[in-house]
Amino acid sequence: MLLRITVLLCALCVLCGCDTRQTNVERGNAARELYFGIGTEPAGLDPHLITGLTELHVTTALYEGLATFNSETSTIEPGVAKSWELTEDGKTYTFHFDPEARWSNGDPVTAQDFLYSFERILSPGLGAPYSYMLFDMKNAEAFYRGELQDFSKVGVSAPDAATLVVELNQPTPYFLSLLTHYTWWPVHPPTIEKHGGMTERISDWTKPENFVGNGPFTLESWRINSSIFAKKNPLYRDPDSVWLNGVHFLPIQVDAEERAFRAGHLHLTSTVLPHRIAWYRDNMPERMRFDTALGVYYYMLNTSREPLNDPKVRKALAYSINREDIVEHVLKAGQKPAYHFTPPNTGGGYNTRSRVFYDPDLARQLLAEAGYPDGKDFPTFEILYNTSDAHRGIAVAIQQMWKKELGIDVNLYNQEWKVYLSTREAGEFDILRAAWFGDYDDPNTFLSLGESDNGNNHTQWKSEKYDDLIDSAARELNPKKRFEIFQEAEAILLDELPVLPIYFYVTSRLIHPSVQGWHANILDYHPYQSVRLTPDD
Amino acid sequence: MFNLITRRLLQAIPTLWLIATLTFVLLHLAPGGPFDDEKPLPPEVKAEIEAHYGLDLPLYQQYFRFLGNILQGDLGPSYKYTGWKVDEIIWQSIPISLELGGIALIIAISIGIPLGIIAALQHGKPSETVLMGVAMLGICLPTFVLGPLLILVFSSGLGWVNPLGWSVPSDRFLPSLTLGLFYGAYIARLTRSGMLDTMHNDYIRTARAKGLSERLVVLRHGLRNALYPVVAYLGPAVAGLISGSFIVETIFFIPGLGMFFVNSAFNRDYTLVMGTVLFYAVLIIFFNLLVDLIQQWMNPRTRND
Repeated sequence: MLLRITVLLCALCVLCGCDTRQTNVERGNAARELYFGIGTEPAGLDPHLITGLTELHVTTALYEGLATFNSETSTIEPGVAKSWELTEDGKTYTFHFDPEARWSNGDPVTAQDFLYSFERILSPGLGAPYSYMLFDMKNAEAFYRGELQDFSKVGVSAPDAATLVVELNQPTPYFLSLLTHYTWWPVHPPTIEKHGGMTERISDWTKPENFVGNGPFTLESWRINSSIFAKKNPLYRDPDSVWLNGVHFLPIQVDAEERAFRAGHLHLTSTVLPHRIAWYRDNMPERMRFDTALGVYYYMLNTSREPLNDPKVRKALAYSINREDIVEHVLKAGQKPAYHFTPPNTGGGYNTRSRVFYDPDLARQLLAEAGYPDGKDFPTFEILYNTSDAHRGIAVAIQQMWKKELGIDVNLYNQEWKVYLSTREAGEFDILRAAWFGDYDDPNTFLSLGESDNGNNHTQWKSEKYDDLIDSAARELNPKKRFEIFQEAEAILLDELPVLPIYFYVTSRLIHPSVQGWHANILDYHPYQSVRLTPDD
Repeated sequence: MFNLITRRLLQAIPTLWLIATLTFVLLHLAPGGPFDDEKPLPPEVKAEIEAHYGLDLPLYQQYFRFLGNILQGDLGPSYKYTGWKVDEIIWQSIPISLELGGIALIIAISIGIPLGIIAALQHGKPSETVLMGVAMLGICLPTFVLGPLLILVFSSGLGWVNPLGWSVPSDRFLPSLTLGLFYGAYIARLTRSGMLDTMHNDYIRTARAKGLSERLVVLRHGLRNALYPVVAYLGPAVAGLISGSFIVETIFFIPGLGMFFVNSAFNRDYTLVMGTVLFYAVLIIFFNLLVDLIQQWMNPRTRND
């Protein structure tokens, strides 16, 4: 019997070995198809309902807005709109459509389609999570809040099918970069209407058999948790600019992704696990990419609780964190220590003038001034993070630094993701791990977080002066002056320190040498038109 | 037999109701909701979305609405995966989970039963200790260790199979083996003890006295009764093979239902949790019934129970 089983197993193995097992990379290089590991199943493909980076990676292939982003030059280029003009007061844009712009079913992309799309995302009934991305458009917010019922009063109009006029509340220097965000992308009105209507969330329209898009690729197949295949769209307005014949998006969990990459199943991964970085650095450094990302990792302090209500204590905590040590010995993936809140060069050159320092002597002195010399009588408090080894590693390092430099005790505790979010919402924490990724490339996306009424400010910290500065920055027409106002605001933030910046993120990724034209940029935004595959590896 | 089926099906109704109710209560007791995220939604948007899914209704109304929908066979839309209905997710994933579980079951049985018989026949000899030691190892080795080990040997080392995926037939080999070995090891131990008990019975002695070959004695007379505990174990084991493959699905990137079963709870995707829990509950009830029927067929003494 045992012999039979052994023979059977051997036969099975031989049969397995007989499969023609060409790797995805080999297959993809021959067929001009990219295999992209996206880490997790996207939460959807409707551009007005999605929020994450995974969804961005997939939808970038399927839709196109008025303008597009050139990832090589980091400039804004024509998309559906072939050209545009801006009035002298900087408040009205007129977009002229590319006559070649078509939907994947052959219908022309019209200005009316954009009106419909903007009305859809601003309709409160849809519950679009990122509606506020359109609030720079005149009356958009009033319509969204129901103060205005008539959409024709919103600052967008279509004098003809190929012209769209957008009126803004005020000159908005980053407006064109907003247009590359998925919230500004169009949807095909007849398809939406056929599958439930404008404000129906539970709709079948993003299924491959119903899908109509206007991007360089169109949705060919979608098996949940398995793969999404976007095939080259022959009706795309500029088909010659698209070299790839298709993109396979594979939601392989990050633990298995690296194994898939090594076996030649992926051209690109969503990330590199920290414990594999050293191996790749030693053995295949050319296959590992670290690109600066527009994101900051920080600790949020609950300033309504003692002793964190004392700015001196907050400063002492901030000044005794050795950020260099954390990025070098704990994170190891080329992250940058954060001595300020807004990442460097945000918005094409914004840099803060103020900083927090690593100065343990000053920290001890500040703590003594706050009434806790050498940490004596300092109440024990807690750092809360969502369950993850990476967050734990950082929390442990900081716990040790505070113990060593300030003589204070901190407890660590972790909660499962949704529990953590609910604790944060309730404000039931002392110190909480947090992160913020810019929605667009401008300091406003970071610094508005400190505003008193911002829904993401859970620190209980309020500053009237700070709020006024952020408001006045929004009204300022001169870009240089605007940045100066932001610098002034950030100086307040870094003096009061309701948040302790720790490091700036990098996007880490494994990339097969055959992939060309994958350009680094801080928004991790990669139009697939620039991607080529060279099969010489 | 008909009575048994009818009785069991009637018993299944309150069981499923209880499971549905408990799941509903536990889900709503857990902190955090389906629409909480790193970047919190503006309160008015959140309220709008919750209203869309009926989550603004009082809890008891939500409960009755949910029960009503279930009775009509409507599991509702997934909260996390917009555009997907829960039944679509289940129907797309379950064939894969069934295939994985089915092959794993075949592996488990074809390894476990012969190993158990051999160990029982070698009772008291060193080979029995070795075989049962191997079986113990199979039980103790968790799938998240065994899976990568098998990948290391068969994929990275020998290059026979892909390290992950579910596209070509050979992709079934490693995940099914990973999943099947644990159950195979358990079946081996059960078969061995069943055989040891059976082989000392009088009717075995009679069979031998009749001059039957040892092979016939073991396989026809001994095994039939020795397998009784194995069959009892197979009911929950089959359900476990189909539902308990989350880790194997993750290691080998298999688009089965196990992944949704676990992740939907983390995502507080209420409808998907409900759908998968109820689906598995039905599966377990079905397999338990099947096991009872097989046991009746194997052992006529239980037929009047």
